[in-house]
Amino acid sequence: MANRKLTFSIFRFNPYDPDFGPRMQEYILEETPRMTLFTALTLIREEMDPSLQFDFVCRSAVCGSCAMLVNGRPRLACRTRTDELPAKIVLHPLPFFRLIGDLSVDTGSWFAEMAHRVESWVHTADAFDPDGEEKRMSNDQALAIYELDRCIECGCCVAACATAQMRDDFLGAAGLLRIARFWIDPRDQRTDAEFFDVVGTDAGVFGCVGLLACHDYCPKNLPLMEQLAYLRRKVMLGSLRSAVSKKERRPEEQEAVH
Amino acid sequence: MTTIMTDVLVIGAGLAGERTAVEAAAHGNQVIILSLVPPRRSHSVCAQGGMQGALGNMARSVGDSPDVHFEDTVKGADWGCEQDVARLFVNLAPVAIRQMAHWGVPWSRVVPGPRRLPSGDIVEESAEKEGLIAARNFGGTKKWRACFCSDGTGHSLLYTMDNVALQLGVQVHDRTEALALIHDGARCYGAIVRDLRNGELRTYLARATVIATGGYGRIYGQSTNSVISDGTGMALALDTGVVPLGNMEAVQFHPTGVVPGDILVTEGCRGDGGYLLDKNEHRFMPDYEPEKKELASRDVVSRRMIHHTRQGYGVESPYGPHLWLDIRHLGQEHIETYLRDVAEICRDFLGVDPVHQLIPVRPTQHYSMGGVRTDIGGRAYGLVGLYAAGEAGCWDLHGFNRLGGNSVAETVVMGMVVGRTIAQDLVGSDFSFPDAPVRSAKAQVEQRLPALTTYGLEYVYDLRQQMSQILMEKVGVFRNGRELVAAVEELQQLHERAERLGLRSTGRGPNPELSAALRLPGMIRLAITIAYGALQRTESRGSHYREDYPARNDALWLRRTLATWPEGVDLPRLSYEPVKITELPPGERGYGETQEAAKKEGARGKS
Repeated sequence: MANRKLTFSIFRFNPYDPDFGPRMQEYILEETPRMTLFTALTLIREEMDPSLQFDFVCRSAVCGSCAMLVNGRPRLACRTRTDELPAKIVLHPLPFFRLIGDLSVDTGSWFAEMAHRVESWVHTADAFDPDGEEKRMSNDQALAIYELDRCIECGCCVAACATAQMRDDFLGAAGLLRIARFWIDPRDQRTDAEFFDVVGTDAGVFGCVGLLACHDYCPKNLPLMEQLAYLRRKVMLGSLRSAVSKKERRPEEQEAVH
Repeated sequence: MTTIMTDVLVIGAGLAGERTAVEAAAHGNQVIILSLVPPRRSHSVCAQGGMQGALGNMARSVGDSPDVHFEDTVKGADWGCEQDVARLFVNLAPVAIRQMAHWGVPWSRVVPGPRRLPSGDIVEESAEKEGLIAARNFGGTKKWRACFCSDGTGHSLLYTMDNVALQLGVQVHDRTEALALIHDGARCYGAIVRDLRNGELRTYLARATVIATGGYGRIYGQSTNSVISDGTGMALALDTGVVPLGNMEAVQFHPTGVVPGDILVTEGCRGDGGYLLDKNEHRFMPDYEPEKKELASRDVVSRRMIHHTRQGYGVESPYGPHLWLDIRHLGQEHIETYLRDVAEICRDFLGVDPVHQLIPVRPTQHYSMGGVRTDIGGRAYGLVGLYAAGEAGCWDLHGFNRLGGNSVAETVVMGMVVGRTIAQDLVGSDFSFPDAPVRSAKAQVEQRLPALTTYGLEYVYDLRQQMSQILMEKVGVFRNGRELVAAVEELQQLHERAERLGLRSTGRGPNPELSAALRLPGMIRLAITIAYGALQRTESRGSHYREDYPARNDALWLRRTLATWPEGVDLPRLSYEPVKITELPPGERGYGETQEAAKKEGARGKS
């Protein structure tokens, strides 16, 4: 069987090159066995157009660098084989994130900002004892934390998110997942109230309108839908509990209001 | 040009760089990390196997201790490593693992009770150890010692480390590339840096500068390393003319990288009974290694594979010849249970179902044992104020062969040590930066840019391709004097041609061709340093295998190569220093081949 001719239609724009405005550019390539978008784009850059910008690092779907829109859908380019695609392949950079050039976007800054906002680290008053034995943890608990720690910050969930397109400050599925990751970690001593402050707002769980494209497009199949539901439940229960305890503690104030 | 001042400048945001930064920041220093990519995309994230440290919590690690870990490491290194460094390392590794747990790494934990291994053996984990950090088996170690997080050890370690860096206020300037170190031949003052978002140059002045840029795998083209592992930090050090690189000829290969893409599939495939087949689907390893077959050591299997391919038994493909890995006979259940990662790699990246189809593989560059030579505290030789950590450095833990799981452990332990050294060195050190070295480093970088954009006919990707091919063919798993001489000459010609590099694109903004062109001459100098060091080393040790000198020769070569590259020369200057032996005198490595070769050579000599 003769190899297919693939037509790549690629979004081009270098903000630092005033001679060229945004446009689509076509490259024609002969398909070879086991070709991926990593092999194909590398070939295009090295043999046809050395100015083409894109981001690959690990090229094995663990680093999250290469997410882009492939025929309109966000996915990891390195893990996309051309034999899964039609002969015409249209590539755009991920929306939502700041464009650096062509297919390259600045996911790094967004994720660093998110990590700052959710204080993405174990909050503990305990000091590390270099001579002591490690604190015990059940393997099931370790696996549960690892399951939520698996996000590779590729940005597919945010790029696919309707709320994120409407409000810049939305934490996105990745941000909410990060909070859940620390919330279930027994080493993190933050109280529920402290987590509510970060998560219980319109920029947090209540911004989500439930379209769940994040869940559909996550290349790591993270349990994003379950985590959104879990966080909402926790925040709702938390606010009910605090309302009840307020009532019990200060009945005179409650009465005064009525 | 913007100038930024800081106490500590770390180049590279992988595990080693971030751990160094964290330690220095914890001692009250202001730290900036430069990174080619967002820190969590660094190559450390690819480490899936584990982190070696003698915690001794498993049934199969009863009796383990830093002493046993020490012995495994030194033997693995084929006695080429610094034994005081190995001792420091094995003692600190358990502390480093527990500290990572304290910071949030979800290490897999001990589950008590019996468990069936792929080999069919049953092990019984003790109830006393329930909930402590678990470990698994790894090649070349006496005990189960590799601590792991499910299938994403590097990922969880790097994310946790970056969290701690964030907490301590370490700044990461990502998408930046250091192009030259600022120094006056005695002291290092920081670096000249290109911003890869917009192409602008900046000056970073620092009291301490750390090279933690990982390995140079990509100069080999076929490498399991991330595509950013171009050895840029080692090239920066070499370009100072005064900082030596240690043992650059020590390069590790892995027998089974998939074709194309060079993604590593685990040794577990062969461990569990997988076969290697040639183009006739003939199982060829028993022909060469009747006893150990596919289970001979990494180096031996790689060599046999290359040899067999050279005999014309490789499978032709648009990506070059390869061989087949066959795990079909292990059965669907075994593959889906014990080799799930492998099955996923094959299906996702190759479109191959390993239950029914063969996997295309070939030996692939995997790890750089050599690097910026430092003392036991991580201080680079040659320049005060310069340090190195991790794969980019060579305090020399690995000698001529690195043990699986020791690389991840090294990044964290060495980061800890180097960060501490810096904190000590900076107490009372002044904050003055003489003007002359800053101006000269700026000039050095600025004069390269217009040359690339205005003239020059050589194309960066052509030269790069040729460099990789020379290294793969002549400085790979098999080496001999004749081919190494040819390799050095051909690489020197490429180096000369690289002076006439020109851009085909405009080079404006964050142009990738310009980045590649700025990097290439340094990469070729690393390639020459590797080839020339390998040519001079007339023995076989660890991963360095000379067909014309197949035996280890302790009388002549129990020493480390140091390579510097003074300005204006076309070959590195080599010198040698003794290897520090403090505990374990050189002996049998116990992996078979080297000693057998020695015997054979001896026998030939007599007849």
